[in-house]
Amino acid sequence: MVDISAVNIQPDRAAVASQWQLIWWAFKRHRLAMIALFVTIAMYIVALVPGFFAINDPVLQNARTTFHPPQRVHLIDTTNGLSIGLHYYPLKLTRDPQTLATIYTEDTSRKIPIRLFGRGYEYSVLGLFDTNIHLIATTDPSRPLFLFGADRLGRDVYSRVVQGAQISLSIGLVGVFISLLLGVVLGGISGYYGGRIDFVLQRVIDFVLSLPTIPIWLAMAAALPQGWPATVQYMMITIILSLTGWAQLARVVRGRFLSLRTEEFVAAARLDGVSEGRIIFRHMLPSFSSHIIASVTLAVPAMILAETSLSFLGLGLQPPTISWGVLLREAQNIRSIATAPWLFMSGAAVVIAVMALNLLGDGLRDAADPYNK
Amino acid sequence: MLKFIAKRLLWMIPSLFAVSFLAFVLIQLPPGDYVTTYIATLAASNEIVDQNTAASLRERFGLGDPLMIQYFKWIWGILSRGDFGISFEWQQPVSGLIWERMALTLVLAVASLIATWAIALPIGVYSAVRKYSIGDYMFTAFSFFGLSVPSFLLALVLMYVAAVQFGQNVGGLFSPEYETASWSIAKMFDLMTHLWLPVIILAVSSTASLIRVMRANMLDELPKPYVTTARAKGLSEFRLLIKYPMRIALNPFISTIAWLLPNLISGSVVVAIVLNLPTAAPLLLQALMAQDMYLAGAFVLLICALTLIGSLISDILLALVDPRIRLE
Repeated sequence: MVDISAVNIQPDRAAVASQWQLIWWAFKRHRLAMIALFVTIAMYIVALVPGFFAINDPVLQNARTTFHPPQRVHLIDTTNGLSIGLHYYPLKLTRDPQTLATIYTEDTSRKIPIRLFGRGYEYSVLGLFDTNIHLIATTDPSRPLFLFGADRLGRDVYSRVVQGAQISLSIGLVGVFISLLLGVVLGGISGYYGGRIDFVLQRVIDFVLSLPTIPIWLAMAAALPQGWPATVQYMMITIILSLTGWAQLARVVRGRFLSLRTEEFVAAARLDGVSEGRIIFRHMLPSFSSHIIASVTLAVPAMILAETSLSFLGLGLQPPTISWGVLLREAQNIRSIATAPWLFMSGAAVVIAVMALNLLGDGLRDAADPYNK
Repeated sequence: MLKFIAKRLLWMIPSLFAVSFLAFVLIQLPPGDYVTTYIATLAASNEIVDQNTAASLRERFGLGDPLMIQYFKWIWGILSRGDFGISFEWQQPVSGLIWERMALTLVLAVASLIATWAIALPIGVYSAVRKYSIGDYMFTAFSFFGLSVPSFLLALVLMYVAAVQFGQNVGGLFSPEYETASWSIAKMFDLMTHLWLPVIILAVSSTASLIRVMRANMLDELPKPYVTTARAKGLSEFRLLIKYPMRIALNPFISTIAWLLPNLISGSVVVAIVLNLPTAAPLLLQALMAQDMYLAGAFVLLICALTLIGSLISDILLALVDPRIRLE
């Protein structure tokens, strides 16, 4: 039964609420999961139109800004009386007279205002149309703003991290979608029919689950020819990742099918002469779709981590494709991270994305079954 | 019980064959073979290889045979003579290259497993007993953080901190003077002083999920009537915990070894490459890149076999503690 006091809703509303309504009420009480939901939505919005959120062209190289440190954005300027407005100062390069070490200092004589929704480099929105409007734009393109500093080739790390979100976050979704197809079909067959088919599929699932994934991925990824176009490479990597990811989802689906098979409403439907396909899709699937959504949400971060690890090792996506894993390759050797610790920013993006998705999935799992409280 | 173990052991045989075939097919997948790569490398340094040399190289390595024949030759060599074939790149038998590295991989995995359990068990119990306390929230936060940090990133950050803050190089498993030395007490000790860092890095992510498992299990057991009974009879709180709910909560905990070991081993691959540990991983990566197929195949096969054995052990342990499983 519904524990109305826990959901904290008037009893008459709870009595007529749909299952999804109850799940949403249960979910809303999970405060961390709510925060995670907002973070996740925000990240996927950024991933949808990274160009709008980027400041500088992520592929633009500049020899003069090699390992340029991050700059601060100021709001209040008191040099010429009080004025309020987003602005930054270009950094001036000097050398320590004794050690010749490079020192960057803010050149406060040159104030560069920041324009919101200003114009910058051309980018394409989902391949539909081109525009050059950015959320944050500098008014002096010759002295660009580096929020997270610049890398070895003087490219803007912030814009690259934002651009990388597109590939890294979508690879998780696409990969999980492929695993879900495999998992639902195979797990559904296994759980619905039972018997010998179930036995064989169970052994296959056990086998796939007992494999150490990373060595297998490495071997498969090493088989991909290096010269393939980026989109093909992207698809191949997602397929590789889902080849091992489906087993977990198949196991969840099977368990649900097994327990639902003996439920009264399924027996009732069968006695009414409902066809098998309709029993599966109309009666059984909706009653555990919330569980599947929770499992899927928990599988996405695992995919993101996998892509990051593979690309980091140089066997996943290859530059010039920009993903968080590819960006982290820049931070591979101790010397470059010692000079430019801000190269870790793509790692921070990975951690935030994975943590938000994990918390979201956790909250969904708790809320997925509003009747069992 | 014996019947259960025998049945489980019998299952290992088809699994191992499946794994070996998988390993072989995987390393055969790349277009071309080692000779193509070899010729390409030579061509890069302006050496010209004629067709005859290429053909004789292929002949020597048996690369001309069909896939199944090559596979049976390979597997027969392993089963009958423990011969894993020749490493093209190193020009020496694979078996001479892999065993020490595999042993170190196993040491690393087992040490991480022990560390994971040693950390996760008490924390999980604590979090359940003191539910919603500050400590519980802290550990929950830690476990979500641990789940979200890729292990190689943690390795990189720790390496960075060690190098920049303490001026130490933490890569590798041995000090330079012991690297090529033969095994001795001193070398073992040296290994211990280097092992802790990769062990901690690997333990963090697996600990995180185990804490959640242990906490949930304990929370299921704690409100049960037998706990109240034991408390009513005057058992001290600590003995009560250890003696009843923890033993039951341990069941699902032990079954986690089945996925924990594959996770640890596959996680250790990336960490080992970052920290440049003399385990199987860096050599595996190198072999995969160079299409040194017998070497890569041997590693993939042994790593998979290791995880299969791990899940076997977990099944047997589980059957030992839970009679319901062996009766099934």
